[in-house]
Amino acid sequence: MKDKMPVLEAIGIKKVFKSENKDITVLEDINLSVKEGEFISILGQTGAGKSTLLRILAGIIEPTEGKVLYRGTPIKLSKVKVSMVFQNFALFPWFTVLENVKLALVNSNYSKEEIHEKALKAIDLVGLDGFEEAYPKELSGGMKQRVGIARALVVEPEILFMDEPTSSLDVLTAHNLRGDIIELWQEGKLPTKAIIMVTHNIEEAVYMSTRAIVMTHNPGRIMAEIPIEIPFPRNKSSWEFRSLLDKIYTLLAKAEGIDIDKIERRDKFLFLPHAKVGSIAGLIEMIYDKGSRVDIYQLASELNLEIDDIFPIIEASKILGFGEIVEGDFVLTPLGIKWAKADPLKQKEIFKEALLNNVPFVNQIFTVLKSTPKGKLKEDFFLDILENHFTPKEALRQLKTIIDWARYAELFAYDYDTGELYLEESEVQ
Amino acid sequence: MRFQTLSIPERRINVIDLVVALFLLLFLTLIISVTSKWNKTGYYFEVNLDPVYIPWYTAQSLVRMFIAYILSIVFSIWYGYTASKSRIHSAIMIPILDILQSIPVLSFMPAVTLAMISIFPNKRIGVEIASIFLIFTGQVWNLTFSYYHSINSVPREFKEAAYIFRFNKVSKFIRIDLPYSIIGLVWNSIMSVAGGWFFLMACEMFTLGDKYFRLPGLGSYIQTAAEKGNIEYVIYGIITMVATITILDFIIWQPLTTWAQRFKMEKVVEEIESNSIVYNILGKSKIANKLGSFIYSLITFIEKMSYKFERGERKKSKALSLIINTLWIALIGTFLFMILSKIELLLTTFGSLTKEEILLLLKSVLFSLMRVFLSITIALAWTLPIGVIIGMSKSLASKVQGIFQILASIPATAVFPLIVVIILKLNLPVDVASISLILLGTQWYLLFNIIAGAYSIPRDLIEVADLLKLKGINRWKMLLIPGILPNLLTGLITASGGAWNATIVSEFISYEGRILKTSGLGALIAESALNANFKMLLVSTSVMAMVVASINIFIWKRLFRVVKSRFILEE
Repeated sequence: MKDKMPVLEAIGIKKVFKSENKDITVLEDINLSVKEGEFISILGQTGAGKSTLLRILAGIIEPTEGKVLYRGTPIKLSKVKVSMVFQNFALFPWFTVLENVKLALVNSNYSKEEIHEKALKAIDLVGLDGFEEAYPKELSGGMKQRVGIARALVVEPEILFMDEPTSSLDVLTAHNLRGDIIELWQEGKLPTKAIIMVTHNIEEAVYMSTRAIVMTHNPGRIMAEIPIEIPFPRNKSSWEFRSLLDKIYTLLAKAEGIDIDKIERRDKFLFLPHAKVGSIAGLIEMIYDKGSRVDIYQLASELNLEIDDIFPIIEASKILGFGEIVEGDFVLTPLGIKWAKADPLKQKEIFKEALLNNVPFVNQIFTVLKSTPKGKLKEDFFLDILENHFTPKEALRQLKTIIDWARYAELFAYDYDTGELYLEESEVQ
Repeated sequence: MRFQTLSIPERRINVIDLVVALFLLLFLTLIISVTSKWNKTGYYFEVNLDPVYIPWYTAQSLVRMFIAYILSIVFSIWYGYTASKSRIHSAIMIPILDILQSIPVLSFMPAVTLAMISIFPNKRIGVEIASIFLIFTGQVWNLTFSYYHSINSVPREFKEAAYIFRFNKVSKFIRIDLPYSIIGLVWNSIMSVAGGWFFLMACEMFTLGDKYFRLPGLGSYIQTAAEKGNIEYVIYGIITMVATITILDFIIWQPLTTWAQRFKMEKVVEEIESNSIVYNILGKSKIANKLGSFIYSLITFIEKMSYKFERGERKKSKALSLIINTLWIALIGTFLFMILSKIELLLTTFGSLTKEEILLLLKSVLFSLMRVFLSITIALAWTLPIGVIIGMSKSLASKVQGIFQILASIPATAVFPLIVVIILKLNLPVDVASISLILLGTQWYLLFNIIAGAYSIPRDLIEVADLLKLKGINRWKMLLIPGILPNLLTGLITASGGAWNATIVSEFISYEGRILKTSGLGALIAESALNANFKMLLVSTSVMAMVVASINIFIWKRLFRVVKSRFILEE
């Protein structure tokens, strides 16, 4: 395998999205080479730009800098057949399963009969024979994604791209589909030379792919490439499987940690994870009950959460100084333990203290509000500041999180009708 | 349940709006400058009141409606596409659309009709073009907005799939854009065509003093009968009109809405599905199914050919697109040149206004405004309580909606001649006629929107109000008004737009050679057209356009934004 020439190569990819106030760098310094026979998975949190990277690799989006080569020629110029499986299936609800699959060949030289035959074959391959005349709305999520896969395969792509193919499915359906894809791939029934999949499910990546690319976020960079050489079919409870899972979990958790430290020192615009106070409190109390130390992967699978759900909460606890990550475990700090033990009123006080000490922007808002005569100010003022560092959408989410935290800490609150932030009564001087 | 409500496009105004407004004024100046060639002739068609002729007249009215509607659809699709080509396109084309749709179409009627009859003196074709043009402008804007909005909200994954599978423009249009926008197009078509009847009735027989611009049609039949005092024939005419509209609804719009349901994206919350008898029958008929699959295979054939054509003629099509682009630039250039050359005329016309004329304009604006305000208040007084009662009771709603829909389908302009006869008989002031026409034309928008609003108040909120024993004023203040506010406002916006159109036909009435008038902006426009006072025609028409557009942009849209952010209930 190692001697094969790369099918797809990405060199020095950078992607900048221009917004009104500031350019936001989503991807930076991405170099990637995909060889024949590889199944690559790209892992990272929401906002790491994984989907953008996938679309750049597929040629849908132009990178700001760098190039994507298919066997040496730029992907846009090469006549390579690529195909994509979408997160939300992208099936046209007004066409039947058969018509949806046939549509992928609309721009081909095949005759009507050939297209019909190929479509039927692809539908058979994914196990949907009998459903040719059904409309997408009559199908379950898992079946819809099978149609999506059939449609992607019917064009006989050399490279198949999959954008979080199982994330809109329930756990069992997703598991079933993963198994089927791997089986087809291993038996050589897929016409593709390489598969590139974006996912935020670490287990999925370790279960299916031959190499995992782990990305950091803000901006998205490749932080590690981990070859997965466990033979198929893979056993999820094997020691090898578990230790790889743990390794990637630790890496991803660390990725966040390293990033936060760096940003904290460079400028005060800490990226706040979107975690509600209630979730943070719930997590801390639960970990306290479990002896103040838990394995993150185990916690996630016990709670049936994916990294997208659990990392923001862990990160938030870390920023506030309630916990730390040690060797893939989440450990409460003395402050965290104190918080878990305190009564609700005392908890609020500790939280307020932690917020003012650890989140500079909250401190700044608080100081600004105190300096105004009435203790209130339009949200636009703070949004403008945030928009210098984040996209407008993200700036809004940051402010929402800040308000949620500050409301709980009784520092300041928000008036929806006037769009103003204002100090709580006791704080007005 | 079928309630027709209009969506209000949201947009902040900017400098481009001012430029667009200026160009529209120049365009109006161009139209009016043509009318100076008017040789004081009209086009008069002798309407035969024998009821035998009614079907023939109806058919001609329908042809007019049909042509205007087809033009509207084609225009909407073209405009929607062009506007979404690039940011520059949309930055220019969306303000144009927004301003055009806030202008009362009928205020242009005297100017356009005179311009057309000046170009084609004494010929039917001039009046025909004018009437089709006015119906077109009356129904095209909401269709265009709907299409533009639809194709710009096509899910990103669909566009990406189209890219990955290398769809060409034809495929994108017939496979994605058209199916995705069809529901919006069908609903807006129903609204548009209903509005079209209002304009058709007004345009078919437009009178300026002793000058008649009369086309053979159902509208002119009703008006002629009313003028001759033949109430029996008027009623025949109105019955035919209601029957025609009901039949059209039954054989075209109901099946279409039912058919359009298959293009629903799934995520939309289930409403009560509309059902059509005709659609069900057609679904079982072999001929209809054969026809359907024939149309489908025709479309796929065209699609196939488009790919063949593209592969073979890539180079030629480049040359072709160059020619087309050059032609476009030449066309737009000529148009710009023509209207820019009127800038002097526009300035001198406005510059030469005397103090008296300005006072007259201000007075007219004020009077018309008061009339509009009064009519809407009267309409609110009855639609608010009745609409809420109907909307809150689902069984009542299904019982009365049919009756109200038939009543609402009668265009106010068709009944207007009857009102004129009545006020003449009873010696009432013209204002009564004017206000009743506005009322007739606008109350249904309010009623249907209020019903829809009350219908959508969540059950649990009503139960809380019952538990708290909220009664009387408090019940209105805490539950009903906030609950229906977004819909109420949509109704008010649509109603006030319609009200201004009604002022044109109702403030200055010619009846058997006699002129009945009251003071107002509508009367000013009609009177200056009659007297060939081009200066006043230009000034009053532009003032009307500016006043109404300003009210729309500065009052209604602002209110709508506030209401939308606070009173729309999230699921």
